[in-house]
Amino acid sequence: MTTAYAAETAEHAAETGGSIHVVLKAEPIVELLGFVVTNSLLLTWITMGVLLLFAILFRRKLALIPGKLQAAVEWLFESVLNYMTETLESEKLARRFFPLVMTIFLFILVGNELAFIPGVGSVGVEGEHGLVPLLRAPSTDLNFTLALAFISFFTIEVTGLAALGVRKYGSRYVNFRSPVGFVVGIIEFISNLGRIISFSFRLFGNIFAGEVMLIVAAFFVAYLLPVPLLAFEVFVGFIQAVVFAMLTLFFIKLAIMEPHESH
Amino acid sequence: MELEAATQMGMALAAGLGVIGPGIGIGLIGAGAMQAIGRNPEASGKIISNMILAIVFTEALGILALVVAFIIKFV
Repeated sequence: MTTAYAAETAEHAAETGGSIHVVLKAEPIVELLGFVVTNSLLLTWITMGVLLLFAILFRRKLALIPGKLQAAVEWLFESVLNYMTETLESEKLARRFFPLVMTIFLFILVGNELAFIPGVGSVGVEGEHGLVPLLRAPSTDLNFTLALAFISFFTIEVTGLAALGVRKYGSRYVNFRSPVGFVVGIIEFISNLGRIISFSFRLFGNIFAGEVMLIVAAFFVAYLLPVPLLAFEVFVGFIQAVVFAMLTLFFIKLAIMEPHESH
Repeated sequence: MELEAATQMGMALAAGLGVIGPGIGIGLIGAGAMQAIGRNPEASGKIISNMILAIVFTEALGILALVVAFIIKFV
């Protein structure tokens, strides 16, 4: 299926004569024992490596009197923790969920911004149908965003179950007290499932649309137009990381709140 | 109509029509935020960060239409 699709796009590009070449899904680079490594997966691993390396080096340099970098990181972590404490109204809960929310934020942020390093998307290997980029922004692969969406979704639901108990939390979805309550429960269930879709497609769509916009801009007014758009895309990458982490936080807050019993 | 022409039109319609709603929505959000800043300029930092959050939600719908357009065109 992949090859047929790639062939189709290559053929299409050839017959229109344009150089706009958009590939919707990540392309495989190598296959290790039946495990296909795609170009976006490669950059995801690099993102993980960068974060891990930073953590290890940073850990070694920790000092009682913070340097500039340590002060900046401490400021970031403290302000996020303060914001979470404000939102969840409990420092204990904020400290419990801080690692997850911060990891989501840093992972998406670094993944998005690494994609703007020169060479990503332009350096590639020669495939069957033209150049296959070696690296591709992680968020432009639906698998990446869907995985994060599942992590966030199950965290939210399990947190709700653990905080309120099966009976109380379940009464949100299955409620036989009144016909209206029953319908509201079903709607709540569907809207919660819809979070997976909105979580994953928001991140995927924003970053992917940005990439396509950059390609099209470079096609029309090369060198000039892409510069402000690139700056904007850097901003979008940051905002999307913030939004993903913040929404996880808000939904956790919603899940642990007591359901409205009266009326 | 040929299939190729139909896909082209489908993509254009999906993207074009799908962006109308979010366009109106972002306009309303921006207007509301500007009004709020006009009434209370001291709170502009807080209002702007909330505005961006609201815009992101609205924008996601437009992006959804765009993704559908891409899927029509390329899959």
